[in-house]
Amino acid sequence: MTTKASNRGAAIEIRSITKTYGDFRALDDVSLHVEPGEFMTLLGPSGSGKTTTLNVVAGFTDLTSGTLLVGGKNVVGVPAHKRNIGVVFQHYALFPHMTVGRNVAYPLTLRGVGKAEREARVLRALDMVKMRDFAHRYPSELSGGQQQRVALARAIVFDPPVLLMDEPLGALDKKLREWLQLEIKRIHRELGTTFIYVTHDQEEALVLSDRIAVFNRGRIEQVGTGRELYDEPSTLFVGRFIGDSTVLRGGARSDGTGTALKIADETVTTPRRLSGDVTPVMLLRPEKLSIRRPGQPAAGQNRLSGRIAEAIYLGSGSKYEVALGDGSLAIVRSSLTDESFKIGEQVDLWFDGADAKLLADDASAETTLT
Amino acid sequence: MSAIVEPAKPGTAGRSRAWKAFALALPALILLVAVVGYPLLMIVLRSLSEPHWGVQNYSWFFSTPVNLVVLKRTFAISAWVTVVCVACAYPYAYLMTAVGPKVRLVMVLCVLIPFWVSGVVRTLSWVILLQDSGVINSVLKWAGIGTVRLIRTQTGVVIGMAQVLLPFMILPLYSVMKGIDLRLMRAAQSLGARPIRAFFTVYLPLSLPGVYAGAIIVFILALGFYITPALLGGPRSTMLSTLVQNQVLSLLQWGRGGAMGVVLLLATFLLLALAAPAMRQKHKEGARH
Repeated sequence: MTTKASNRGAAIEIRSITKTYGDFRALDDVSLHVEPGEFMTLLGPSGSGKTTTLNVVAGFTDLTSGTLLVGGKNVVGVPAHKRNIGVVFQHYALFPHMTVGRNVAYPLTLRGVGKAEREARVLRALDMVKMRDFAHRYPSELSGGQQQRVALARAIVFDPPVLLMDEPLGALDKKLREWLQLEIKRIHRELGTTFIYVTHDQEEALVLSDRIAVFNRGRIEQVGTGRELYDEPSTLFVGRFIGDSTVLRGGARSDGTGTALKIADETVTTPRRLSGDVTPVMLLRPEKLSIRRPGQPAAGQNRLSGRIAEAIYLGSGSKYEVALGDGSLAIVRSSLTDESFKIGEQVDLWFDGADAKLLADDASAETTLT
Repeated sequence: MSAIVEPAKPGTAGRSRAWKAFALALPALILLVAVVGYPLLMIVLRSLSEPHWGVQNYSWFFSTPVNLVVLKRTFAISAWVTVVCVACAYPYAYLMTAVGPKVRLVMVLCVLIPFWVSGVVRTLSWVILLQDSGVINSVLKWAGIGTVRLIRTQTGVVIGMAQVLLPFMILPLYSVMKGIDLRLMRAAQSLGARPIRAFFTVYLPLSLPGVYAGAIIVFILALGFYITPALLGGPRSTMLSTLVQNQVLSLLQWGRGGAMGVVLLLATFLLLALAAPAMRQKHKEGARH
């Protein structure tokens, strides 16, 4: 039906879609453009709208309002079975009464593909997920990771231009998850299909994605590459959700040269300022903070004193949680060659004001994370 | 059971466990032997020994055309009852899995309440409903369709029996259906299956174990039905149990009655043995979750 060459991913254009359940706005004016062949991850805490967005694209959920284009065609109102979009579910959803081979052949049988071609394509798909030897097994005879690989083969065997994955690795343990992430990345590269991947795991999103859309409370907070989200978060929520971070809150004073925050009785400054009537907070990545014993200065004009609250050995270095003067926790990473600190030890944290991100405070950023 | 699964020490420990399980089942076993095993043995013995030893009762059964006609009809009516029960119970059981807990409770009660009413009472109410001037025919007449003969016909018997046996179909079906993951239907649709196709390729095969279980219970119970066919049926819808009753209670031919019972029992075994391989295969597949 489709050849390798024509099997290019389709673009997806989500235009201000809204989905309400009674008074609850599951999706609130969400817009997103996905390039053909792109690996787009929808990242966010549970209930943030990422899975609802996926279900809308798959055709499982109706829209309250908005437009959805797949490959340039409006698919609003088109039932799921006519969309030709592959879906991989967290719970595998393999048919328990069919062998692996018949599961993978299912979408081809529905499309009237002849026996010989069907068998060839089933084997090719199983080859791609390295499950060729399991064609005659039943799903109940496979492990979770094997079942999910079969589900992946079943979702790509009919060469859909778009593949949706809803937390596909959520039920698997860490080692297996990391290995399958690389497998999924490889399969994406080989197929050229547009992937939309839903997860609440920010590390997974960083490993897999070309770009990430961060969801919070039914809205998209920011869309960008992992590096953009990490280095230049546009909201406090994004900064907190992606990677480790230290948030400094305190009495703020802005003037022409920048912003100063007063934390306990120490003042830190950054050459940035926020416009509008918002409370500014500073967000710092762990590697932007240097940890020193008192009296040993480091680079950067800002110094905060604190006490080691937690020391975590990571193998490649150590991670410290430092309780600051106002009781808040700062997160610092230091490499193996640095000296190590003990819990309770008094330390100084140094950073360059230019490395601090100045963001508008958002009380919900903390609550939605947990 | 557990003794077989137990991996360690198949010797003493396993054996003592098996004995304990056996001891627990003993009262039930004694009851079964006393009220089923012994009477059954007596029936078989009497069918071979009255009025004298030999197979004369069996040769009488197979050489009397009316017996064979009624035997065949008994199986036919039971098959029809099973088909009607599947047709009625399948959507009902499916609905039970789809509704909320409160509606489900009402639906379960609707299934169970007839159980608490005596079979004779229920059958007599069917007489009132089905008779020529009964409720059903009055409605049909009023609607301009005209009357249908229901009482003293095979159709009437099938309707009445199906109603009595319906719970035996609904309950096993429901217990299987509630275990079917409805998300599989969504997966089937994402792979390109229209809802109706998804039903026939995914839901139906997974629900078949329930259909088989219910069908076997209903069919076997229907074979031995006595009151309902006797009250709702006419001479052309007599079932084997009525003939047995005639032989034993009216003619005091215990041997002939016994032979009829044994023939019915063996015929049932034969039929189940023929159906078993297909069912077991499907059942095994459906049970894989």
